[in-house]
This record gives sequence, structure tokens and C-alpha cells, in this order.
Amino acid sequence: MPSLKDIKKRIGTVKNTRQITAAMKMVSAAKLRRSQDAVMAARPYSDKMQEVLSRLAQRDSGEEHPLLEERGKGKALVVLITADRGLCGGFNTNISKMAEKFIRENPEGYEDFELFLVGRKGNEYLKRRAGMKIVKVHEYLVGSTQVTYPTAALLGQEIIELYQSDDYDGVFLIYNAFQSVMSQELTVRQLLPIKPGEVDEEELVVDYIYEPSTSEVLGQILPKNVEVQIFRALLEAVASEHGARMTAMDSASKNASEMISKLTLQYNRARQAAITRELMEIISGAESIK
Amino acid sequence: MAEKLKLELVTPYKQVLSEEVDEVTAPGSIGEFGVLPGHTTLLTTLKIGELIYKQGNQSYYVALNWGYVEVEDDTMTVLVETAELADEIDLERAKAALGRAEEALKTIDPGDKRFRTMETALERALIRMQVAGHKS
Repeated sequence: MPSLKDIKKRIGTVKNTRQITAAMKMVSAAKLRRSQDAVMAARPYSDKMQEVLSRLAQRDSGEEHPLLEERGKGKALVVLITADRGLCGGFNTNISKMAEKFIRENPEGYEDFELFLVGRKGNEYLKRRAGMKIVKVHEYLVGSTQVTYPTAALLGQEIIELYQSDDYDGVFLIYNAFQSVMSQELTVRQLLPIKPGEVDEEELVVDYIYEPSTSEVLGQILPKNVEVQIFRALLEAVASEHGARMTAMDSASKNASEMISKLTLQYNRARQAAITRELMEIISGAESIK
Repeated sequence: MAEKLKLELVTPYKQVLSEEVDEVTAPGSIGEFGVLPGHTTLLTTLKIGELIYKQGNQSYYVALNWGYVEVEDDTMTVLVETAELADEIDLERAKAALGRAEEALKTIDPGDKRFRTMETALERALIRMQVAGHKS
């Protein structure tokens, strides 16, 4: 049986912890709002771009662009986006495990994989695993502020350069897509070569004017598309991270409260027991004097 | 032929405009072009420049960064990296950026990779000032 003082100390510590988790929850909630808005604002742009691109690529199957071309099934690059900070439940572990599983199971049938990591937590997890080749790590890229487009653009250019020079045959993007505050969707997306979506045959009948020329328009839009995809993935990942952290901190605060009430009960019982014991001692002392 | 043209201006940060307009003039990469309602389908890239759209007699000006435009079914979708409406532009900031770019261009060797970057910055600043000049 712990002493009264011990229990009191425990209660104090748990209360402190609860204070911290509650504060973190509030901070995450505020950040979540902002990043959620950013995700929503970015969606029309990336959706429109996809739309234009699918139409463009379908129409123009004659001319090949290096970013559209199916290469082979040699080495693939996996771009994994995780958070830099922890304390957000299973957020980072889940996505890192997913990446590991993706590489082990290899659904696309590539010969080899290399990893391009964005975020500290993914690196911490994967660098200790066997058979994971990490070519590049970006830590604290996003920071605690909002994701900016230039950050994503730089990443995109880096990836395109890697793709064009280092003989990767495919690039996959793995990230948490934001669904709601409570849930994130683990997403694997093929970034390169770009797979244009399906378009209705009907729409294709319309004659298009391309200026300056189809290939030039494609040449400008395709790399842009990679940047936009990354930008969106980063935004989604950040929003998901805050959501996950908020949920995790919420349940942590709840657990702390529960623990406090349990400890308080225990404390009161112990106090009662102590009082009773003291009374007994006094009474038995008085009895013996008689 | 439709009376109006729907102009949608979208950047990665937000949907800037979604309006019914009468006429749009945009800075295409091979020259400025105008779009009226009933225009044929078109896809073209844009360069840094100013986009002008008209509603009735009123003209509005927007400073654009790199992007592209798609015209289809009387809807004109403009996808750009940044777009600033004339009222939003901070003239002081644009002037400062212009000064910085000019300074940098003097010192950097034209062969340098950064030269191109600074040139674009210069162009952007000039366009911003031009657009801001239209502010009523």
C-alpha cells in the first residue's frame, strides 16, 4: 500500500501531464483548422490540373514525353511523407509500416526500391530496418508553419531530376491523406511516370487549339503536375498530422482524468484508513489506562 | 453564342476568382490574346504578365505568375502559381523587390543559374507595379 504522500505526488504528476496534453490538444486543434483550410483551398487547383492533364495526354498519344513514358520495372523510388514530431498516436508508425510493407510485397513488380524520406519520424523508423535503402532524407522541411508552394516545387524538381538522371523507372508517393479529424487514409500514389486518368470518349471529339504546341504545353505542365501533387500530399500530410495529434492528445487527457479520479479515490480511502487507525490507537490507549 | 464567359482563376492556395465576365485578355507565352464568349477550345501556357477582365464597362486587373489557361464551353480556367488582384498588391513591397532584383542582377554573372531567377523576380515586380498602377 503506497503511503498518502506517495499518492498525492502521483496525483500531482498526472495533473501536470494532463495540463500538457490538454494544451497540446488545443494547439493542434488551432493548427488543424488552418491546415484543413489550406487542403480544401488547394484541392480545386490539383483537381483541375488532373483534369486538363488527362485530356491532354489522351489526345496526344502520338507524342511521347519522358515523364509519361512507361520505362521498365527496374528500380523504383518511394517518396514517403511523415511528420517531424511524435506524440500523434500511430500516425508515423502506420505510414512507415505501410511503406515497408509496400516495398516487401512489391505489388507493382519492381526489382529494387530506394527511399526518399520527407520527415524525421519516417527516417527514425526505417533506418533501422533491414533492406531499406535510403537515398535522401529531408527533415524539418515543412517546419511548424504552413506548407508553401516553393517548398513543394523544390522537392518536385529534385524528384524529377532524380527520375531523369538516376535511372529510376518509377516514383511512388506514400502519405496520409486527410479525411476527417479522426481518420487519415494511407495513400500510395504513382507519381512518375504520370498515369493520365481516363476520359470519356465523347469529350475527346472536341478540337483543341494548343499554343505554342502540344509537346511544349505538355512539357511545361507535366513537371508542374508533379510539384502540385507533392504540394497537395504535403498539405494533406500536415493536416492529418494535426488531426492525429489532436485525437491522440484528447484521449491522453481523458486517460489522465480517469487516472486522477482513480488515484483520488485511493487517496481518500487511504486517508480514511489512517484516521480510523489513529482513532483505534487512541481508544485502545484510553482503554488500557482505565 | 453565350452572352457571358465564366472565368475561374485558381492558385494552389485558393480559388481567387469565379465570375461571369464579358471579356478576358491574358498574357499567353507566345503573345497576349483575348477571349470572348463563344471562343473555341484552347489550351495554352501563360507567362508572367497581367490579366485583364471586363464586366460591363468595368475593367479589372490581375498580376499573374507562370501558369496556363484552358478555354472550353465558355468557361475559362486559369491555373497559376500566384495571382494578385490590383487591390491586393502592396506597391511598396513590389518596389522593394524590384530594387533588390536590380541590385542582384548587377552583381551576378549572366551564366549563373541565379541570374534567371532574379530576372523572373524583376519581371514579376514590374508587372505587379504595372497592375497596381491601375488601381482606382
